[in-house]
Amino acid sequence: MKLLTHNMLTSSVIKGVTKGFPLKIVASKVEVREVDYNEPFIIKTLSKVDWPALHQAANEVGYGEDLPIELGEDFQKDETLLRKIHNALLQVDIIEGELVCPESGRKFPISNGIPNMLLSEHEVSS
Amino acid sequence: MAARITCAPKRYLLQFAHEHLDFRLQEVKSVISMLGCGALLKEKEVDNGSPFLEIELPSEKEAKAVMQRTVLGKRLYELWAEGTTVSEVVSKLQKLPDGFIKPYTDENSSFRIVVETFNKKISSADKVRRIEQLLTESTCILKGKINLSVPDNSFHLLEFYKFDSITSPNEPQKVYFGRWVSDGQRDWIREYHLQNRHFIANTSMDACLSMVMANLAQVKENDFVIDPFVGSGSLLVSSAHFGAYVIGTDIDYLLLHAKARPSRAKQKTRSEDESVQSNLRQYGLENKYIDVLVADASLQKMWRDGWKFDAIITDPPYGIRESASKIVRRDLQEEAEDYGAAHYPQKTNYQLGDIFKDLLNFAAKFLCIGGRLVYWLPIYRPDYCESNIPQHPCLEVRFNCEQPLSTTISRRLITMVKVCEHQEVSEPQGASIEVDHYEMLTFRQKYFKATSAAVNNSLQVKVQKT
Repeated sequence: MKLLTHNMLTSSVIKGVTKGFPLKIVASKVEVREVDYNEPFIIKTLSKVDWPALHQAANEVGYGEDLPIELGEDFQKDETLLRKIHNALLQVDIIEGELVCPESGRKFPISNGIPNMLLSEHEVSS
Repeated sequence: MAARITCAPKRYLLQFAHEHLDFRLQEVKSVISMLGCGALLKEKEVDNGSPFLEIELPSEKEAKAVMQRTVLGKRLYELWAEGTTVSEVVSKLQKLPDGFIKPYTDENSSFRIVVETFNKKISSADKVRRIEQLLTESTCILKGKINLSVPDNSFHLLEFYKFDSITSPNEPQKVYFGRWVSDGQRDWIREYHLQNRHFIANTSMDACLSMVMANLAQVKENDFVIDPFVGSGSLLVSSAHFGAYVIGTDIDYLLLHAKARPSRAKQKTRSEDESVQSNLRQYGLENKYIDVLVADASLQKMWRDGWKFDAIITDPPYGIRESASKIVRRDLQEEAEDYGAAHYPQKTNYQLGDIFKDLLNFAAKFLCIGGRLVYWLPIYRPDYCESNIPQHPCLEVRFNCEQPLSTTISRRLITMVKVCEHQEVSEPQGASIEVDHYEMLTFRQKYFKATSAAVNNSLQVKVQKT
């Protein structure tokens, strides 16, 4: 699972959870897979990305030291930074691990790089 | 890009493939609108059964751009003359302005003439006769050397005969003469054929229709596309082909992890590396793969507010070949299970009408403005009326194309565009269906009865017990 995907997911489907974002990551197996660098896509995606969540997630999987705490104004012209962001968003891949709801502690397993977001019958809020 | 107003538009002739008849015009219109080129289409002939569509486009640049996308458009010609007889066409060729024909009729260039007839077989001798007529009566036009294999210019004489099941018509309905400009993208259909696909499921979409869907959704470079019922990812392949980054969700854990029963007749078990990702890798599109998730598409709260997709392209389960399911809330007092182990929660029948309403609500919330939702609607034809099409205040229906599967059943490919922002309401509402096509049991019974009776090679019908 890529960190881009993590940036879109919440656990607010769970009964009683109000925000459920960002999910904590506990990774047991992480790989870095090369993906072609595509600057327009990175810039386009950054307009949607929740930066603090990405920063936290990158740190949790051990690839956060490259990323600034805040995304400044001029990031579009900073290719070095954009490439680091590209690495965090698209190249870091969580193969085995868990996503954890920040409020309830409920764990969503990730296996073979595929997260399982299914809830049990009694957890689903209407 | 707006057309140059100083130049007169150029006339082209698009030759369609003879399949998915209802989709052909819509695919072309969608591609033209995506490219933003001004175009004039003369649809009447196509409505009368002709494979030919006359189009006016600003220039050859736009014409080639259209052919870079279309899979139902087979070939494009620059239209030089048209009429109801060969003689009429030949005399019109004589009157073409010098400036028009000069670039293609130089003495030092090479050319060939191809004669094709539609709905009528003519002998080689007759074809040669027509070529001779063209050469003798249009010498001023066709000056260069003849080269049948790799000519600089390929000219085509095309005769369309109206289909008559009783007699073979003597006279053509329409005759065209044009210079070949470009082929469409039909070669990709062979390239992406499911026969050679690494990972398929019972409901994988064939390559041609997948690409048509991507064209109706106007998928562009750097778009972000989702399929909430992704299965084996057949719809994501075509979006990735057109440059989009792709993500999918599916409720079927076993399928996504390639642990389900194989779909190929002779395969005993699936190999471990079958996956949506491996399908994209097979075609060199792995760079566009984002993720797949095991998830319930009906639960919108899973996605962060404010996230947007550029397109949603999907073939929801109809409960006919794959049972449609969603997780249902039960007020149980049970202990929470060990979530680490693979847990397959109780699923229940997902009412068909609800699938489509949930899909429209999801689209209204998570598409960007101008983004498109393209999805299939199964139809029992005797009961169909336009009010069956699901609606939403934020989405407008753009296209509604029917693929007949038998005399009584079909599926319709619906294209919707998001035109305004979703308003937060306390209950997820917004989507509505005026007249529900899927009343509880009757639809499934009618559809299943029809398919088991119908001789249909393209669908293998499997009803899953719930």
